[in-house]
Amino acid sequence: MKFGVVVFPGSNCDADSYHALKDVMGQEVEYIWHKEQNVDRFDCIILPGGFSYGDYLRCGAIARFSPVMDKVVKFADSGKPVIGICNGFQILTEAGLLPGVLTQNQSLKFICKMVSIRIENTNTPFTELCSKKQVLKIPIAHGDGNYYVDKDTLKEMEKNGQILFRYCDNDGETSEKANPNGSIENIAGICNQQGNVIGMMPHPERAVDRALGSEDGKTLFASVIHYLERSSVYDSL
Amino acid sequence: MTLYEMVGLTSDEYELIVELLGREPNELELNMYGVMWSEHCSYKHSRSLLKEFPTSGTHVLQGPGENAGIVDIGNGLAIAMKIESHNHPSAIEPYQGAATGVGGIIRDIFTMGARPIALLNSLRFGNLDDRHTRYLFEKVVQGIGDYGNCVGIPTVGGEVCFNNCYKENPLVNAMCVGLIKTGNIKKGTATGIGNPVMLVGSTTGRDGMGGASFASVELSNQSLEKRSAVQVGDPFMEKLLLEACLELFETDSVVGIQDLGAAGLTSACSETASRGNSGIDLDVAFVPKREEGMSPVEVMISESQERMLVIVKKGNEAEVERIFNKWGLHSVVIGHVTGDKMLTVRENGTIVAQVPAKSLAEAPVTHTESKVPSYLKELVKLESRAIPIPENMNEVLLKLLASPNITSKEWVYQQYDYMVRTNTVVTPGSDAAVISIRGTNKAIALTTDCNGRYCFLNPKIGSAISVAEAARNLVCTGAKPLAITDGLNFGNPESPEVFWQFEQAVKGISEACQILGIPVISGNVSFYNESESNAIYPTPIIGMAGLIENRSHITTPGFKNKGDVIVLIGENKEELGGSEYLKVIHGLEKGEVPQLDLEVERRVQAFCLECIADGLVKSAHDCSDGGLAVALAESCISGNIGAELHVNKTMRTDALLFGESQSRIIISIDAELLPTIIEKAHTKNLAYEVLGTVTGQALRIYVNDRLEIDTPLERIRQAWREALKCAMGK
Repeated sequence: MKFGVVVFPGSNCDADSYHALKDVMGQEVEYIWHKEQNVDRFDCIILPGGFSYGDYLRCGAIARFSPVMDKVVKFADSGKPVIGICNGFQILTEAGLLPGVLTQNQSLKFICKMVSIRIENTNTPFTELCSKKQVLKIPIAHGDGNYYVDKDTLKEMEKNGQILFRYCDNDGETSEKANPNGSIENIAGICNQQGNVIGMMPHPERAVDRALGSEDGKTLFASVIHYLERSSVYDSL
Repeated sequence: MTLYEMVGLTSDEYELIVELLGREPNELELNMYGVMWSEHCSYKHSRSLLKEFPTSGTHVLQGPGENAGIVDIGNGLAIAMKIESHNHPSAIEPYQGAATGVGGIIRDIFTMGARPIALLNSLRFGNLDDRHTRYLFEKVVQGIGDYGNCVGIPTVGGEVCFNNCYKENPLVNAMCVGLIKTGNIKKGTATGIGNPVMLVGSTTGRDGMGGASFASVELSNQSLEKRSAVQVGDPFMEKLLLEACLELFETDSVVGIQDLGAAGLTSACSETASRGNSGIDLDVAFVPKREEGMSPVEVMISESQERMLVIVKKGNEAEVERIFNKWGLHSVVIGHVTGDKMLTVRENGTIVAQVPAKSLAEAPVTHTESKVPSYLKELVKLESRAIPIPENMNEVLLKLLASPNITSKEWVYQQYDYMVRTNTVVTPGSDAAVISIRGTNKAIALTTDCNGRYCFLNPKIGSAISVAEAARNLVCTGAKPLAITDGLNFGNPESPEVFWQFEQAVKGISEACQILGIPVISGNVSFYNESESNAIYPTPIIGMAGLIENRSHITTPGFKNKGDVIVLIGENKEELGGSEYLKVIHGLEKGEVPQLDLEVERRVQAFCLECIADGLVKSAHDCSDGGLAVALAESCISGNIGAELHVNKTMRTDALLFGESQSRIIISIDAELLPTIIEKAHTKNLAYEVLGTVTGQALRIYVNDRLEIDTPLERIRQAWREALKCAMGK
């Protein structure tokens, strides 16, 4: 099993994702330089957080043109799991791999804090070990995390189970007060129709150590490891 | 105005230059001397006094004089640290001023070869009821956040204080801390005749022209016209430069490296040459420029950001180019190291300036008179009998908790990414931030502290208190203080009264450092912090780092479990002078500052640290602004549990609850351990008082058996949490 963490110029959560997978989850992991042309050796790709290309123009708008992104699109099309975290989520929407956009936080300010999110769909590679309506404590740190999508697409997404996480309070209620950035329907994370491409604003790689306030992020990584092990068993059958 | 006056030089200084050169300097040379001999670059008013600081210690690997100081933390690792001011730029262009302040201090750290791992900042503004102050505050915080967040270095701590004296001259001091292997330290030295001198990173433009000189005069009505003296930051470029430099340091190509900050190329070239006892010969034609038609003067004094000067081993230029190319950055040979000790500037081969490098880097010291300020006599007098004792102490407590200087700074630090790099164990809002050092069981604790009001009333004791409080804050987390980086912010040093404040502050810091055993390893002096109406309070900010040997010892201020016993280490005294209570409740900023017995301070801190290391302490919190009652309230809020306490002593109730006596720490312990703690305190001959227990959902304080404070936790929390958000309208 091999994980790849893409490094764009300006990525700054690449090392944290690498550390979470390698040192905490005990997985094989490698950085993928944004000019790399071959990603076939990986089983799962992570687009980490940060400010790729300084987030100039628009968050993720330049990174999507990085040479590696063509390969990431093909990788995703082949059904393998891809997760974009924070800036990675923004890049995935810019690249058209995920629906909707991430606009500036309603407060117009950057927000860094621990939040609670509720699991909405357990039938995806990154959530299969979670229980339905489970509440995870995972931090956010972003200026542009206000998710928006038009009503028709939203309806379609709901129907397909593409809403993965919603901001909620400690009891799992998705109140307006629990919504840190103004996202439509408290949406914190989504997936594509096939379920293998995931985008989320909260940072699971920052929630893998109790000393830092939460290790709930491990559940998501454990899920994808479980999923990959399961699929490789099928492959070998 | 003469030409030399226009570049900020005095007639004496001009004559000295003529004497040094044996001729009149040309325009470029004059400009170079102007920026280099400015107070900002030369420390000409402060240099002789700064020698008083204790700067050595067995763990000090690099003291003052380089881009940053470095201390050993064991395991083959060391931390680099430095604080720097960006006050004047922030006064006229708060967003860019603050942002580039952060950028500059980050470069100081990675120039040493260290990877930056934490940022802190210490901010001062006028009162928040003023609209322009709110604008400055909002933009400064945004500028700091946007820069640090983008580069991916967590902003983990700091302080924000408000006082009318900073209304027109806010203070923005940024501190950066980096981690480095002890063998990998880089220095800003140009050696090896013939070694190429390379300029790497961003292009050179017309921004930040003469910023150093601009920082060396008072702010005035004309200051707004100096906006072009403010640099523009590009944190994305900085991130690339950071990664490229750290990658370059893995090779053996680098002889010396220096960032381009104040006075740009002039400063970087003359300082590296001066340190290396060599010269540099460069041609401005090779400098990659942002705009066409830039004159040699503009190229040499531009303060365009995100640039570095690298002295490279001859023959390794291609290696440097390969790495910078990978990160999409310029790297150009602009000159070479020479043996003639001259800084030679050419334009397309023709010499346009040639002066001794050392003469630029080492400006003549200016001697200034000092005089006890006339304001002091009146101010220190405090007729305490004339100050009424309030009826309702609950109201006083809530008012103090909502005072901008005490209230929660969540509104500020939520705008900073304080978690990136996933090592921030104790996040902002505590006595000090704690960052774990991966691969070891260690952690470092970081804080910045200064009480400007104390320093105004008594610069010597006030400054010593800043050192003592910073150390106490670290000790409360379980850390042993290691080293100081100081940001000394004062008014115009040419005024004898301001210079007296400065002298006294240096004395106070030196004395505290000596007795507490903490060296000063780097720092910054910022003078001319005054506007037409007033000078700021003397504000010597103490940035301090401490070491926690074992992460299981990390201690936080919040009370933990019901039934735990609360003990005060130290002594309550009847001291109201200079307190936040006097200011908020009675509108007075006067009186004698609290006494400070540094020997007692040292013993209180040693005792607390020992108890923490022995695993006896559940929470520890420094008692400072707002006194005992505020400190107890903060421990309740942070632990989300109430407390019931009995304080007995014959003195004014308000002084007992809200006075700011020094050398006090509030700890909570398991009830069973009380005899152990008491015995320890007796052996050490330390004053202590058993105050009460952790319990319930309210803070109850009995003073001499009379219930003076009885407030539900929820009200306390609300008062403390909401004030800043409300003031900022969100």
